[in-house]
Amino acid sequence: MRRRVPRFWIGAAATVVLAAILSLSRINEYFFFAGYAVLQFVVLATAWNILGGYAGYVNFGTAAFFGIGAYTSVFLFTALGAPLLVQIVAAAVVTGLLGFGTGLLTLRLRGIFYSIATVAIIYIAETLMVNWRYVGGATGLQLLRPTVMFPFATYTRMLFFIMAVLAVVAVSIARYIEVSWIGRGLRALRDTEEGAESSGVPTLRLKLLACTVSGALMGVAGAPLPMYLSFLEPASTFSLNYSVVALAAAIIGGTSNWVGPAIGAILLASMQQIVTVTISSEMNVLVVGVMLVVFVVAAPDGVLGLIKKLTRPRATAGGAP
Amino acid sequence: MTFSFDLLYEAIVFGILLGGFYAAVSIGLSVAFGLLDVPYVAHPAIMVLGAYCTYVLGGYGWDPVLAGLALMPPFFLLGIGIYRFYYETFEKRGTDTGVRGLAFFFGVAFIVEICLVLKFGVDQRLVDASYIGNSLKLGGMRLPLRMLVAFGIALALTAGLTLYLSKTFTGRAIKAVAQDEAALRLMGADPVRIKQWAFGIATAVTALAGAMLIIIGPVEPMTDRIYIGRTFCVVVLAGLGSMTGTLVAGLILGISESIVLTNFGASWAPAVAFGLLLVVLGIRPQGLFGR
Amino acid sequence: MISSMRRQFLLAGALALATCVAVPAAQAEPPIKIGHSMALTGGLAAGGKAAQIALEMWVHDVNAKGGLLGRKVELITYDDQSSPANTPGIYTKLLDVDKVDLLIAPYATVPTAPLMPLVKQRGKLLMGDFSFQVNHTVHYDRWFNNAPWNDAASWSDNFFRAGKTLHAKTVAFISADQEFAQNLARGAKSIAAKDGFKTVYDQNYPPGTVDFSSMIRAIRAAKPDIVYVMSYPNDSVGIVRSVHELGVGSSVKLIGGGMVGLQFGPIMESLGSMLNGWVNYTTYAPEKTMDFPGVRSFLDRYSKKAIEAKVDPLGYYLPPYNYAIGQMLAQAITATKSLDDKVLAEYMHTHVMKTIVGDIRFGPDGEWAKARMVDVQFRGVADKNVDQFRQSGKMPIVEPKAYKTADVIPFNKAQ
Repeated sequence: MRRRVPRFWIGAAATVVLAAILSLSRINEYFFFAGYAVLQFVVLATAWNILGGYAGYVNFGTAAFFGIGAYTSVFLFTALGAPLLVQIVAAAVVTGLLGFGTGLLTLRLRGIFYSIATVAIIYIAETLMVNWRYVGGATGLQLLRPTVMFPFATYTRMLFFIMAVLAVVAVSIARYIEVSWIGRGLRALRDTEEGAESSGVPTLRLKLLACTVSGALMGVAGAPLPMYLSFLEPASTFSLNYSVVALAAAIIGGTSNWVGPAIGAILLASMQQIVTVTISSEMNVLVVGVMLVVFVVAAPDGVLGLIKKLTRPRATAGGAP
Repeated sequence: MTFSFDLLYEAIVFGILLGGFYAAVSIGLSVAFGLLDVPYVAHPAIMVLGAYCTYVLGGYGWDPVLAGLALMPPFFLLGIGIYRFYYETFEKRGTDTGVRGLAFFFGVAFIVEICLVLKFGVDQRLVDASYIGNSLKLGGMRLPLRMLVAFGIALALTAGLTLYLSKTFTGRAIKAVAQDEAALRLMGADPVRIKQWAFGIATAVTALAGAMLIIIGPVEPMTDRIYIGRTFCVVVLAGLGSMTGTLVAGLILGISESIVLTNFGASWAPAVAFGLLLVVLGIRPQGLFGR
Repeated sequence: MISSMRRQFLLAGALALATCVAVPAAQAEPPIKIGHSMALTGGLAAGGKAAQIALEMWVHDVNAKGGLLGRKVELITYDDQSSPANTPGIYTKLLDVDKVDLLIAPYATVPTAPLMPLVKQRGKLLMGDFSFQVNHTVHYDRWFNNAPWNDAASWSDNFFRAGKTLHAKTVAFISADQEFAQNLARGAKSIAAKDGFKTVYDQNYPPGTVDFSSMIRAIRAAKPDIVYVMSYPNDSVGIVRSVHELGVGSSVKLIGGGMVGLQFGPIMESLGSMLNGWVNYTTYAPEKTMDFPGVRSFLDRYSKKAIEAKVDPLGYYLPPYNYAIGQMLAQAITATKSLDDKVLAEYMHTHVMKTIVGDIRFGPDGEWAKARMVDVQFRGVADKNVDQFRQSGKMPIVEPKAYKTADVIPFNKAQ
């Protein structure tokens, strides 16, 4: 156990360094525009999995937390000219609280009722933003990005790097939760909630913790969005697409381990970007739908599950191979 | 904004007509989810598919109501196919059905949406009929005929389905399978075949609901998303499995939406269905007439 | 061992191949790439498809004359589905993947609005396509709009003057919550206040609204003289149908004003007699006061192509002005012999642009220095007939006086 811990942190540091090198290189600008979207889904899928994979509560409200994160940024930028890092921290706080609050309200509901309740939160959040003129209402808001910071050549490259760092942070948090007592408790209550409760696991507290952390990370993924697009409007920001892609990425990658959502997000989001550029942007949504259905039906443990099956030592019928 | 009792009165009448429509649209889900426990979030997407099929038939001169009725048999078969697949893949295997079944149906809804976009584009589609665009003058109010037609069909549908479930053998078997599957099996009936049949009926009803949807107003591929809120709100408010409850819940939703639309504007309308849903789930999750 | 005959054959073949490769490489210069997105599907498509035909006509015409600066012109088009969510990604792709030289804006305000900060940051020239006041927060100096309007007064003055002619005192506003309608509403409401009109109803609605019955009923209860509607094609159609279905009350003398979509042939055809009495803005009507040189022959050529493509056969709104975008680019590029955004922008700010819709002079914000909008009133329109609009008299111009061909009549009298 002690030997494995440094290996993760080395990998994490290497990822950050790689992102820095890439963003300072001469690669085509569009790579960073598309790469930001892929990294964004790594954060979203990892965040989703904390509640969805570890605890078994299928949250469809990802778009709500993502959108509120984006709108927190827009509000702070318009009102106070807040810099990006402040926007991200504020978004984490706001959506963390939102996660806690919605957890209190909805975690008593079971299965599909919980999921439909989370869809409701998306529409209520969107309606509130539509009716708030200060952040643009349904019209939306144009934003002039501040001048870019050295050493990055463009703002998009800086956002790419920041999102890479956020992805590493999200994955580290998910990993910590998974291997700690929190993860053990969540796994217990996923299998049987009454059983866990009666053996002394503080289920409500664990669920609320998972909700809060999950919500905060989703908000963090949404916080740089206004700066990324220089524009924000409610309909596309609170789109159900974000919820479905986050969930699909986690299922495709594998929900049992912190690596799964990252793999799934990189696979799925990259495919989406490639399809968008080469075929059309409708097709990329079709790709998500088809891959989700295929994996849910045929490979419910995701890519990780497939790898496990393929590398499982085969039981030999008597004798050495 | 000027507030007047006339306006409120008209809003309520319009809300009743709208509510009847919402009830008709949710009845399929009442059977599929309320009675059969299938997490059928693709229900609104199938309804929109029905609306587009009605549009295509309308291009050949079909009246939308007739088109809706004609679509019921093929959609019945579609429903049987969907349930069969769901049963073989998820229900039979038992584990984790909630998560995976839900994810599956969301995936299906997405696929239906995108196929509609690929075939028809994102443009709004309308149908034409003699009763669309005209209204009935009744005591100072003008009631749109398209709403009256949809309301009439909704009443007929609800009445028909309620009678079917309580008076016919298969209908009672469907209700029985919802309550106690083991007992039904002991009596020699095959619960899977009964559930399959019920799901087929639910989907056939959804085809007619789709025809009503495009009679009421223009339809575009993403229309199913707001109806996820409306249909689940009605089904949960009704109480799972209650047909008359669906009608009552539909009326409540329709009237609430109409009043909000008139007094606060269209920007608050989406929150009504979803907000009501959250309130019901929070206060009385078994709904009004729940079992 | 290859025989000598076969060797000669191979040699000849190699020479021919080399020539085929070398000669085109010596002659061909890379084409000038102009990139844009267009609303080919979605709510604005009825106009977008017509605009696209006009732009393609210009590209064809200019290439037939040898191109610009000795190079062919290539138009790269993507469908933005009338949605502002799609345009930032599309224009980033145009600049970084397709590597276009010049940009044209999408059709209409709503898809264009998100692009203003982006093009300003990249320093790209942007040729606007019928946007309204989309530059009013960003204040970009390389933006040039092809539309014959500038501020809200250029839209509303005509409409309110018609109202005054009909002795109207009160006004109801109904506007979509999107960039175009909100820009217009802001201006229109202050002008209404200044002109002494009393506002008795004021409602926004979100862009996806399909049912307007509640709003129409509420407007009827408020008993306004004028109903000023600011909407996009889907909502415009929904509102006209809703008024036809429910009635808007006998008090209303004037209704319409800022409705996009009532200028497109397919929409005029599908609404038919429901349009009678509505007063709305447009940029061109087949009345004798608007017969600019070159317009009629362009519209005839356009109509043939449009009918083939099953698109708006009239082309009275966007097509001439889209052809003008091409003409303006050609004039600036030829005069400055450059494709540099800064150089072209400076040229357009300081010269008169000559086009088939007349001479255009730009103000400092990239809008026309002198507006040229008209308001028309639909009269005697029959159902399911698009060719009826080719003759004058179906949409006579009621304001401004310089182009007027008929007096405005109250709404209920014209039905």
